[in-house]
Amino acid sequence: MSADKFSNPVVRWVDHRLPIFTFMDHELNEYPTPKNLNYFWNFGSLAGISLVIMIVTGIVLAMSYTPHVDYAFQSVERIMRDVNHGWLIRYIHMNGASFFFIVVFIHIFRGLYYGSYKAPRELLWILGVLILLLMMATAFMGYVLPWGQMSFWGATVITNLFSAIPLVGDSIVTLLWGGFSVDNPTLNRFFALHYLMPFLIVGVVILHLVALHRFGSNNPIGIDPSGPQDTVPFHPYYTIKDFFGLSIFLSLFAATIFFFPNFMGHPDNYIPANPMQTPAHIVPEWYFLPFYAILRAVPDKLGGVLAMFGAIAVLFILPWLDRSPIRSGNFRPIFRIFFWVFVADCIALGYLGGMPAEGIYVVLSRVATAWYFLHFLAILPLLSVIETPRPLPQSLSKSVLGGTALAGAASAVKEKV
Amino acid sequence: MTKTQTLKQGDIPANMGRRDFIVVASYAMAGIGLASVAWPLIDQMNPAADTLALASIEVDISKIEVGQAITVKWRGKPVFIRHRSETEITSAQSVQLSDLKDPQTDDERVTNPQFLVMIGVCTHLGCVPLGQKTGDVKGEYDGWFCPCHGSHYDSSGRIRKGPAPLNLEIPPYQFASDAVIKIG
Repeated sequence: MSADKFSNPVVRWVDHRLPIFTFMDHELNEYPTPKNLNYFWNFGSLAGISLVIMIVTGIVLAMSYTPHVDYAFQSVERIMRDVNHGWLIRYIHMNGASFFFIVVFIHIFRGLYYGSYKAPRELLWILGVLILLLMMATAFMGYVLPWGQMSFWGATVITNLFSAIPLVGDSIVTLLWGGFSVDNPTLNRFFALHYLMPFLIVGVVILHLVALHRFGSNNPIGIDPSGPQDTVPFHPYYTIKDFFGLSIFLSLFAATIFFFPNFMGHPDNYIPANPMQTPAHIVPEWYFLPFYAILRAVPDKLGGVLAMFGAIAVLFILPWLDRSPIRSGNFRPIFRIFFWVFVADCIALGYLGGMPAEGIYVVLSRVATAWYFLHFLAILPLLSVIETPRPLPQSLSKSVLGGTALAGAASAVKEKV
Repeated sequence: MTKTQTLKQGDIPANMGRRDFIVVASYAMAGIGLASVAWPLIDQMNPAADTLALASIEVDISKIEVGQAITVKWRGKPVFIRHRSETEITSAQSVQLSDLKDPQTDDERVTNPQFLVMIGVCTHLGCVPLGQKTGDVKGEYDGWFCPCHGSHYDSSGRIRKGPAPLNLEIPPYQFASDAVIKIG
C-alpha cells in the first residue's frame, strides 16, 4: 500500500517516516472481515471498551483513595459524598467490573459455540484465557480496596486458598499478607497490584489482537473466507455494527448505574472491615460464583483449590481436547445439544455458589462440578470421534445468499433471521 | 438497495446532503456525549465538599506581644499575623504611593493597624518569605524577605524590591472580638 492514499500532506509526511496511518488503515479500515458476522461478534470490541472505561475511572478514583486500613473505608465514603461526581465515578467503576465480566463471559461462550479456539486460532484463545485470569485477579484485589466486611473476609478466604499447597502453603500465605493476617501491608500491595494489572491486561489484549488479525475473525459458519467476495471492509460495515451494539450496551450500563447501582454488590461491604467478626454469609462477587461452587463441591482442601484452578486451566488445553475439524456448532448436531447443557451447567454452578454449603446444594454442586469437567475431558474428545457433522456450505457467500446469486434483499432478510 | 439502483445521477446531490447531515449530526452527538462524560472525570479534581467546608479558622491573638508575629495554617497555607510596633506602623504609613510597585496604602491593608494579617506566600512563585522569627532576615525594608528569588517586602507586606509582582495577599478576615480573629 502506498502512502499517497492519504490526501493530507502532513499525514503523508508522517506516514512515510512512521507508517502509523497505514497501519491503522490496514487494521481498522480496510481490514477484510467475514461478511456474515452476527451480533455475538460485538462482544470483543465491547470488552475492549469496558477495559478502557475501567482504566479511566480507576485512575480517577485513585486520586481520592487512601490505601490504609484506617482510612480506606472513609476515603471511599468521602468519594461517594464529598468528591465532585465521585458517586458517579465509583458506581461506573463498581458496575463496570460486572459489565466487563458479562461481556467477557458472552465473548467466551461465543468462542466455545463457534469453535473460535480451533486451528489456527489456538494462541488467540490461550491469550484470551490469560486475559480472563488477569481480570479475575484484578477484580478480586479491587474488591478488597474499599475495606468493608466483604473486602476483608473475601481477601482472607481467597488468600487462604494458597495455604492448601503442601509444605510451603503457609509460608506463601504469609508472603502474600506481609504479616500474620490480612492487614495494612496486604491492602497496600493489593492497591499497587490492582493499579498495575489492568496495564498488563492491555498488553495481552494487544497480543490478542495481533493474533486475531493474523487470520482474521472466525464467523458463524466457521469456514474460511475463500476470497474478497466473502469479506467486507471493517469500516464502515463493522464499525457501525459495533457502535450500534455499544449504544445498547451503554444504555443498559447507564440504567444500572443510575437506577440499581448496588444490585450486583453486597450490602455487607458498606460495613467497615472488622477482623474480629466474620459476616454470617460470605459470598464472592457474582462473577466468581461458578468457581466458588466448584471450590466448595470438593470435600478436600487441596482438592477444592485444584478443582477451582483446574476449571480455568482446562480452558487452556481446550484446542487439543476438541479435535473435531468442524468449527461452528451450527453444523454439529450433538455438540450443539451438549453446548447448551454446558451453558446451563455453568449457570447452575453460579446459582449454587451463592447458596449456603449444606444439604441438597452440596449434592447438586458436586453433580454440576463433575459435569463441568466431563464436558471438557470426556464429551468433547469423544464427540470429535463419533459425531457426524452436517454438510458445510461451499463458501461464506453461498451461506449468506441462500445459494442464489441475488444480492441485496436476500442478504438483508437472511441477516434478520 | 433497489431504490439506489433506480436513482438518476441528478438525484444524488440531494441524497448526499441528507446523508451528510446525518453524519455531521452523529459526530456532533458523539462529541457532546464524550464531553459530558469527560467533565465529571475532570471536575473531580476540584476541591471536594469536605475540603471547602474546612475553609475558615479562628485565631486567638491576645498572647502576641508587640513586635512578635505568629504563623497559622489556613487552607493549607501559612497566614502571618504580626503585632506591629509604633515604628513599624509609622514607617508603613509614611511611604509614598509612587514608590510602590503595587500601590496600596497601609490603611487599605489592615482592619486594626496594630495587627497585620496576610497570607505568607510570596507572590512570585509561592515560597514562604522569612521575617516571622526574631533573627530572621527581614530584607531591606524591615518587613519580609523571600529567600527563593530575593523579593523584599516592607512592614505592611508590600513588595518593594525583587521579582514578585504583587503585595502579600490579605485573606478575608474579621475581628470576632478584640482577642480573636476569624480568617476565611
